[in-house]
Amino acid sequence: MLDDFLIRAALAGVGLALATGPLGSFVIWRRMAYFGDATSHAAILGVALALALHVPIAAGTLIVALAMAATVSTLAAKGWAMDTTLGVLAHAALAFGLVAISYVPGVRSDLSAYLFGDILAVSRLDLAFIWGGAALVLVLLVWRWQALLTSTLNEDLAFASGLNPNRERLVLTLALALVVAVALKIVGALLIAAMLIIPAAAARGLARTPEAMAIYATAFGALASFAGLRLSLWQDTPAGPSIVTAAAVIFALVAVFGRVLRR
Amino acid sequence: MPGLSGGRMSLISAQNLSVRFNGEDVLSGISMAIEPGEIVTILGPNGSGKSTLLRALLGILPLSSGAVARAPGLRLGYVPQKLSVDRSMPMTVRRFLSLPKRVGDAEATAALARVGLPGLETRQMAALSGGQFQRVLLARALLSAPQLLILDEPTQGLDQPGEAAFYRLIEEVRRETGAAVLMVSHDLHVVMAASDRVICLNGHICCQGSPRVVSNAPEYRALFGLGTQGALALYQHQHDHSHDHDHGHGHDDTHPHSHDHNGRTHA
Repeated sequence: MLDDFLIRAALAGVGLALATGPLGSFVIWRRMAYFGDATSHAAILGVALALALHVPIAAGTLIVALAMAATVSTLAAKGWAMDTTLGVLAHAALAFGLVAISYVPGVRSDLSAYLFGDILAVSRLDLAFIWGGAALVLVLLVWRWQALLTSTLNEDLAFASGLNPNRERLVLTLALALVVAVALKIVGALLIAAMLIIPAAAARGLARTPEAMAIYATAFGALASFAGLRLSLWQDTPAGPSIVTAAAVIFALVAVFGRVLRR
Repeated sequence: MPGLSGGRMSLISAQNLSVRFNGEDVLSGISMAIEPGEIVTILGPNGSGKSTLLRALLGILPLSSGAVARAPGLRLGYVPQKLSVDRSMPMTVRRFLSLPKRVGDAEATAALARVGLPGLETRQMAALSGGQFQRVLLARALLSAPQLLILDEPTQGLDQPGEAAFYRLIEEVRRETGAAVLMVSHDLHVVMAASDRVICLNGHICCQGSPRVVSNAPEYRALFGLGTQGALALYQHQHDHSHDHDHGHGHDDTHPHSHDHNGRTHA
């Protein structure tokens, strides 16, 4: 069954949605959209370094994404103006990555696959990595769910309940870096943050509890992956933008008809 | 001595506590203790470190020196000063009550009824009025069956009737559960009426004691100026005499002039 590239592609989309649904909800609740951008754009730099050093791409992206997420968290804790800092870091990471990658011989032709994803070329090994990473993110979030929600609402409240909001923030940072590494092959570095935000934003229109929002976001993410996959296959459009286009259409439909559905 | 009273351990106590921000002492040399069942109010002008003291006691802020001791296994209920549930997060009242510890439906229903909001379970937190929101926060704090309730300016943003109703609720809760209450306020009327003990704060403890003792302390008068005399006079009037004059707030303005005539202007 896994011999069929279409089935592998569809499974990759579902695996990604399992992680981006709940994590994307936190990205929205905590207003981390730019944070997601900075981390995912750093993945391009990770690709360049991995190719230059002959280590697996996934390892390179994971490490650089983690380093970026840790840098941003540290600067935030030191009280830097986040909007500006993230604006600088997100675009600097992308630019540095693109420049660095041009030094690696023979990669220029593959560049668009890293920028926009290539869901139709997902191998069995990719699939194992995607599902393994997504499962890890999901387990992490479900395990810390109550603590994460409390810390997101109010850090003092979390402290007073004996929780440590700093540790919960670290959990989210780690999950974000994992998702970036997982999503690179599917939607590409440019649109990972969109995959986190758009399905969750669409889910907000229908949900009454945090859990419902995470579940709707997962469903919308999977749906967008299927629809984008078809578009990419039929029209030979780039995978990442096709999936995000589908997600945006879902968002628009929910925004227009969600009110009616909830009645 | 703080920490021990009548051989029993205080619920929470601070010994020579100091907190420093950016090399500047915000609080210094604070020693205090909360005993079971008492209502203690921390009073002080803006920037006097009231919230900082609460947050240091809760362990949210690191101490630069001193120590905080808690009774072993102390159950704490905390109502923060500001909690806004962002519209981006869907959250029903019922779901909120289960954070971070999940509670049963019966418990949640009882807690909401206790704070005067029966049947509010399915409402979105973001759609609550200010008074309802504060009561939901209190309901959540009560679910842990606290021995000590800590409230940081719980009535900020409420109108006067709402404020009075909220403090009556606190008093009822104390009577029913025996929980001690530590709160921060800047409202003198409320403090004088509702507290067993007042701690007057301005970076350090200026004075503490029963509301009556504190209101007569020169440190307190220096801190709050003559503008507070109305509240004090009202308080003393009500509590010094057993006969009831049925004072309303309208009397506040007439009282100050019957006290201090030493020529100082209002602060």
